[in-house]
Amino acid sequence: MISIKNLHASIEGKEILRGINLEIKAGEVHAIMGPNGSGKSTLSSVLAGRQDYEVTDGEVIFNGKNLLEMEAEDRAREGLFLAFQYPVEIPGVSNINFLKTALNEIRNYHGKEDIAAKDFLALVKEKQKLVELDGKLANRSVNEGFSGGEKKRNEIFQMAMLEPKLAILDETDSGLDIDALKIVANGVNTLKNKDNAYIVITHYQRLLDYIVPDFVHILYKGKIVKSGGKELALELEEKGYDEIKKQFELSE
Amino acid sequence: MIAEKTNTAQLIIDKITSSANKINFINDNVISKALIFIEKNGFPTHKNEDYKYCNIDSILKKEFKTIEQKFGEVNNLKEYKLPDALTLVVVNGKYSQSLSDKIILKGIHINSLSNLDDNGKTKITKIANVESDALIAFNTLFANEGFHLKITKNETLQFPIQIIYVNNSTSECIVNPRNIIELEENSEATIIEHYINIGNSKCFTNFVSEKYLANNSKLDCYTIQDENTNGYGVYTNQIEVSKNANYTNTTITLSGQLVRNNHNVVLANSNCEANLNGLFKINGNQIVDNHTLVDHQFPYCQSNELYKGIIDGKSTGVFNGKIFVRKDAQKTNAYQSSKNILLSDDATINTKPQLEIYADDVKCSHGTSTGKIEDDAMFYLHARGIGKESAKKLLLNAFAGEVIEKIQVESLKELIQTKLNLL
Ligand SMILES: Nc1ncnc2c1ncn2[C@@H]1O[C@H](COP(=O)(O)OP(=O)(O)O)[C@@H](O)[C@H]1O
Ligand SMILES: [Mg+2]
Repeated sequence: MISIKNLHASIEGKEILRGINLEIKAGEVHAIMGPNGSGKSTLSSVLAGRQDYEVTDGEVIFNGKNLLEMEAEDRAREGLFLAFQYPVEIPGVSNINFLKTALNEIRNYHGKEDIAAKDFLALVKEKQKLVELDGKLANRSVNEGFSGGEKKRNEIFQMAMLEPKLAILDETDSGLDIDALKIVANGVNTLKNKDNAYIVITHYQRLLDYIVPDFVHILYKGKIVKSGGKELALELEEKGYDEIKKQFELSE
Repeated sequence: MIAEKTNTAQLIIDKITSSANKINFINDNVISKALIFIEKNGFPTHKNEDYKYCNIDSILKKEFKTIEQKFGEVNNLKEYKLPDALTLVVVNGKYSQSLSDKIILKGIHINSLSNLDDNGKTKITKIANVESDALIAFNTLFANEGFHLKITKNETLQFPIQIIYVNNSTSECIVNPRNIIELEENSEATIIEHYINIGNSKCFTNFVSEKYLANNSKLDCYTIQDENTNGYGVYTNQIEVSKNANYTNTTITLSGQLVRNNHNVVLANSNCEANLNGLFKINGNQIVDNHTLVDHQFPYCQSNELYKGIIDGKSTGVFNGKIFVRKDAQKTNAYQSSKNILLSDDATINTKPQLEIYADDVKCSHGTSTGKIEDDAMFYLHARGIGKESAKKLLLNAFAGEVIEKIQVESLKELIQTKLNLL
């Protein structure tokens, strides 16, 4: 699905990603954990194509294509989806119009016609149910005045609508109560299949009780310092990040 | 002395007088005041604080060197007529009865200014003072081509009135359309003033309108400016709002090389309301200069202003909003907001709120903001597969939406959305 090799990226001359290597196959769920400021959101943004970051080295192949050479919108059209840690409020643009535009641009990119209005509405209804999102939110401006939890559920709703191949969930669990967390996890588990893959970025092991990862990676100071199975998350929860930090400082 | 006699304004008056009819219905005294004012002041230049970004004298001198006042005919305006409106047409500055719809509706009276009765004539230049602005003075000298529109007492019009001002100039031309619009007591109307040009030569429109809203009347009016790059113009609206009356104007500037709007509203009695909205979208080296004045003279009145600009290329936008709250205008509520988006590094916006408040028990506020399209919003849209053009359209449409949603005439709203090309 995606192959990240020796990825280096910096912002304003400061190197944030310092050689990331990651291989993800269809059907897999990878968790990335790590303390604040380790570069998790930077990795998501670089993959999604945010311009502020400069990639200084490395390569990313996404379904056989050179991801880093593509515009952000083409990455999305190729099936990459980022659920933002901080979803953006866009006053005056209705959620529904936004989604319809997104869906149609992706369809057009693949040579398909615009979705029929009736089918679109049916799809919205179906996917809203999946994340138990209030129908009223669809007609409001994108994320404007949404609670923290509503914004996160709206991200998953969009993901459900667009059906990406690879979804990166950047701390979608933070700020969610346990019920909302279950709803989000249930959404992901329903959408998960052998042809798509997930990168679940989280701070806590809690979410991983509901979305069970095949692999867990620990990101620290812009590098993946440890990888393992789902038990690594439990270990991390027990020992905290201090152990990792200590080991890492020694090896540097 | 001789040098003074040859200012741009006088030269132009000499050039266009021969093709116009003599005025016989405005007091000679007023006419001579207008002439003296022009002789003394000429057209405004950038030295005039109110015309700082819009040097009328130099524009006329540079762009209108060879005025010949040659016009083409206008026959068909079908594509400009709104389907659900009653249409009146002004061609090359003159009211055209033959192109206008027949007025068979009760409650509407239309007349040429020169045919007004004595009472009607007192309204000409009453609130468009010839000594307040050289362009008003200039227009007044050619006022006999104008019309008077009256909505009679207690009538609520069921259809909007669309007034199309169309210029078809085949040489460099200057036109001076003039009107008086009068809403009698307790009447209600929607009026759309729609400016277009179809000529292949430059045409300067110097428009003046005096609008009187009697007690308890309500006017919802629209100024739609859609002239091409041959279009230059100063559009002056002098409004007098009486007790319990309600005035709303929405000015949409879609195109035109130079557009200067003077929108001056006097709240001339208590409990009245004025709402001024504006939206302009410009590019190239266009200039759109919006000047508004809301003069609160009496207590318990309210005014709201919202002007928005989308400024691209090397174009220049101006918003200058004056609010006066006179000593007696207690319990005034006056709000003003100007918001702008710059789409290029060479685009400019000049905003200047001017609040002068002489009463103490009032609520007034103003705000201006100018920005670019936000990177965060843009990236969010791209991250969902929305390309650059559509993302920009979505965001600009959202920005413009705040003004567009104030348009109460559905067919007009659709026209504006299509013209803005933001959907
Ligand atoms: N726009 C930016 N400008 C400067 N530094 C940034 C910017 N964005 C992130 N950083 C820095 O990059 C580092 C990694 O941040 P981030 O990727 O957000 O970490 P995480 O998501 O793991 O908490 C931090 O030290 C942060 O301060
Ligand atoms: Mg983060």
